[in-house]
Amino acid sequence: MTIPAGLRRTVLRAQRDTGFLAAGVLPHLALVPVWAWAAATTARTGNWLLTVSMSAALVLLGTPLLTAVQRARYRVLIGVDVPRLTPTAPERRTWASTARWLAATRPWRKIGYHLLLGPLIALLELLVLAVAAACLAGVVAYAWTWALPAGIRQDWFGYLTQLPAYTAAGLLLLCALPWTVRAVARAEARLALGLLGRSQAQRLQERVDQLAVSRTDLIEVVDAERRRIERDLHDGTQQRLVSLAVNLGLAIATRPDLPGDAREVIARAHLEAKEAIAELNDLVRGLHPAVLEDRGLDAALSGLAARTPLPVRLRVDLEERVAPSVESVAYFVISEALTNATKHANAMRAEVIVRRVGEVLRVRVTDDGLGGADAAAGTGLTGLAKRVGSLDGAFHVSSPVGGPTTITAELPCAR
Amino acid sequence: MRAVIAEDSVLLRVGLIKVLEMGGFQVPAEAGDAEGLLAAVAEHRPELALIDVRMPPDFTDEGVRAAMEIRRRWPGTAVVLLSQYVEERYAADLLSANTSGVGYLLKQRVADVADFVAAVRRVADGGTALDPQVVAQLLLLLRRDSDPLARLTPREREVLGLMAEGRSNAGIAQTLVVSESAVAKHINNIFAKLDLPVVDADHRRVLAVLRFLGASRA
Repeated sequence: MTIPAGLRRTVLRAQRDTGFLAAGVLPHLALVPVWAWAAATTARTGNWLLTVSMSAALVLLGTPLLTAVQRARYRVLIGVDVPRLTPTAPERRTWASTARWLAATRPWRKIGYHLLLGPLIALLELLVLAVAAACLAGVVAYAWTWALPAGIRQDWFGYLTQLPAYTAAGLLLLCALPWTVRAVARAEARLALGLLGRSQAQRLQERVDQLAVSRTDLIEVVDAERRRIERDLHDGTQQRLVSLAVNLGLAIATRPDLPGDAREVIARAHLEAKEAIAELNDLVRGLHPAVLEDRGLDAALSGLAARTPLPVRLRVDLEERVAPSVESVAYFVISEALTNATKHANAMRAEVIVRRVGEVLRVRVTDDGLGGADAAAGTGLTGLAKRVGSLDGAFHVSSPVGGPTTITAELPCAR
Repeated sequence: MRAVIAEDSVLLRVGLIKVLEMGGFQVPAEAGDAEGLLAAVAEHRPELALIDVRMPPDFTDEGVRAAMEIRRRWPGTAVVLLSQYVEERYAADLLSANTSGVGYLLKQRVADVADFVAAVRRVADGGTALDPQVVAQLLLLLRRDSDPLARLTPREREVLGLMAEGRSNAGIAQTLVVSESAVAKHINNIFAKLDLPVVDADHRRVLAVLRFLGASRA
């Protein structure tokens, strides 16, 4: 006889969950003797101070041990990982920082779990186990009578009515049992995660920290990748194109004896090679200007301002360089803003101010153009806002119709 | 005349050697980085060094630094920097001490072989060759109200730009399609407006360009 895979899985899981509940009974009851002893001794001697302090000591000693036992039970038997609470130890040990560290391990919740909730959970577990036992007993009840001496069946006719009813009820319950034990085990796991694991706030905090780190990593990876592509193009394709143009130029200069049409073809190829160089240069420069890496924001902006076909007043007030990712975002904000001023706003002049105020790099670009730029309109400004946002910066555009347009970015640059 | 070349792309180095030889230079040595360049200049003492800005190991501004080192140690050696992009800051560094025997050109200019050879020759002879893009960058930076150069007329600024590129009066006249005497008049106006001392014409020329470059750094 083959057992269907689904049924097999359900049975195995029910076995596992039942085992899990059974294994919980003793650890959940572990602190009951402590209470019982404390209550009995206090009643007998009236010395509550001694019993309270003794039992408190036992509880404090028992809590970490029981927590470890429970954690192992959850992990091994139902595969739930209740995270261990080990907050990072404070750098400077003061009473306050130690207290904070201790509080972060949430001792009261653990004590509450083992001391108060534990016995209740144990009762629930016992109840479920009893029901399970009863239903198993019911299932076999009818078959069992056939194992008894025949005389008993003849004396008691209830075996024909009562026992089949037990068996039927047992079978029904047996069908419901896997879901019942599953539900109880899950409820228990959720409770344990809440009381023995991290709090919601702690989990969120941890997640936020992780996300912040991974975002910073991602930005750095993207920046590094842009730099790598820039360098690869510079060392490879750009040199090859220049070399091609040089060779064509040499052909023109050294072979005046070639027929006219051949010269014309070469001349056109020469021109196209030079145009390709110029186009590629613009593209590569847009990826990452090398001078930004070598000389920093001031030098890169100086070149940018010079290349912008309108007068740009540039004021860069930086005593030392900021992080490469901040330099890069600041550069692209200014570059895009100046491009917009030239291409779309018909500006006559622009002003760029870069200043470090405390831990913030303030970038402001103003132009006297038409205005009416809309950061929400899916233009380059949206991309800029996102890039600034990726560094937790603030981005603001003020561009009334008729101008002037002011774009401000504030980038945190604590190192 | 002899020239050494520092360029890390072997492909382009071969092209540069051909171009220089076509222009009547001998190339006794070539290098792939700044260290090799300085060694080659020390050994061969050429009239000219043709240097790529970005070279190993860091691929940043090795060429600029090597050029300044050469100018310091062997002031008689003219230097021409080649680069994919021109940066006003590098130009200012390069020209801060002396504007004669200095060139700074975009790499793609090499493709216009005849012009390039003429520019390199000019530098080797103690002249200046700035890429029109360098000059354009410097000129744009000049558009400031407070600048003494603001007193120049647009035409005079144009003439000054061409002087900075390293052109002779005849060359300027040809470019602007005016007579050489008109150019001379513009140049005298420039000298006067910049309050340059009356010394020999070549020196004043250099001073004007220096003033121009100095202003661009302000």
